[in-house]
Amino acid sequence: MSAEHEYLEEDGDVGGASDEHVAKFSTYLIGLGLAVLLTVGSFWIVNTGVIYGPGIPVALATLAVAQMGIHLVFFLHLTTAPDNTNNALALAFGLLIVGLVVFGSVWIMWHLNTNLMAAGHPMGPGS
Amino acid sequence: MSAADTTIAVRDPYHVGHAGESRARGHGGGGPASRRVVVGYGFWLFLLSDIVIFSCLFAAYAVLAGATADGPSSKQIYDLNRVAWETGCLLASSFFCGMASIAVARRSQILTQVTLLITGLLGVAFILLEISEFAALHAKGDGPTRSAFLTGFFTLVGCHGLHVTVGLLWLGTMMAQLFAKGFRADIRRRFLCFTMFWHFLDIIWVAIFSLVYLVGTKL
Repeated sequence: MSAEHEYLEEDGDVGGASDEHVAKFSTYLIGLGLAVLLTVGSFWIVNTGVIYGPGIPVALATLAVAQMGIHLVFFLHLTTAPDNTNNALALAFGLLIVGLVVFGSVWIMWHLNTNLMAAGHPMGPGS
Repeated sequence: MSAADTTIAVRDPYHVGHAGESRARGHGGGGPASRRVVVGYGFWLFLLSDIVIFSCLFAAYAVLAGATADGPSSKQIYDLNRVAWETGCLLASSFFCGMASIAVARRSQILTQVTLLITGLLGVAFILLEISEFAALHAKGDGPTRSAFLTGFFTLVGCHGLHVTVGLLWLGTMMAQLFAKGFRADIRRRFLCFTMFWHFLDIIWVAIFSLVYLVGTKL
């Protein structure tokens, strides 16, 4: 195979083994089942009074994080196998940035809202 | 298996490279990582940067969610029935995208095309539902210019919808390329990136339907 056709080369040509790890049908089916379960759970929590009202957003956030984890593992096949350690590390860094951006923004803006409330709004002493 | 291989297999069963002469690839001992792993890693980095962009939009929405400027609040405009249908469409679409990657691995042209078509149709259904929601809001005068809350809402959800639309174009391209060029190694790497993108869109949607729509009806 000449150099200009290098991009056509089969993967994993060293040693002849293909690197095309194929997830099984059952993996996707389990992922789908768990995702449906968590989705239905989220909608159900909102429509019933099972959980104490102010706790519902926390419950929904927990279910959402769980479902995103399910998607990562069963659909995107993120594991800690050697081929995947770099992917997992990059994800950890991404989550750090996401956490800083979201929680940092909400935290700072919430404080600005309470401390710099315009005159006329009864927001306690100092406003 | 030679005696040395057996020793490594015992001391380092998961090929993480702790046994000295690891045979894991991409870690020095076993040679460079395969092209497929490198391509997947690069695209994963792109997806993570996209997640960071979405996190900025989520943060903006969270900050502005209460700034309704006497306009409608989230409780008044969210229709959970439609959101449930949208969620179902996108989840099923993600599942069929997984089926398509199995079909590609089995080199079955007909199965690949059929599963990708179902994936695409479910994606189109999702987009149509979203457009009908946006159009209804706009018709009532509750467009993105009505309040800061609606600006944040349209930007966040609209950005996801735009991603799905671009994904649908990519999906059509992949169907054509897989059909015309067959299961070449480079086409399969391209297809791997597409499946990652499509699953990633569903992950973003999970955050949107939980933290925007469901939480919004309770605030």
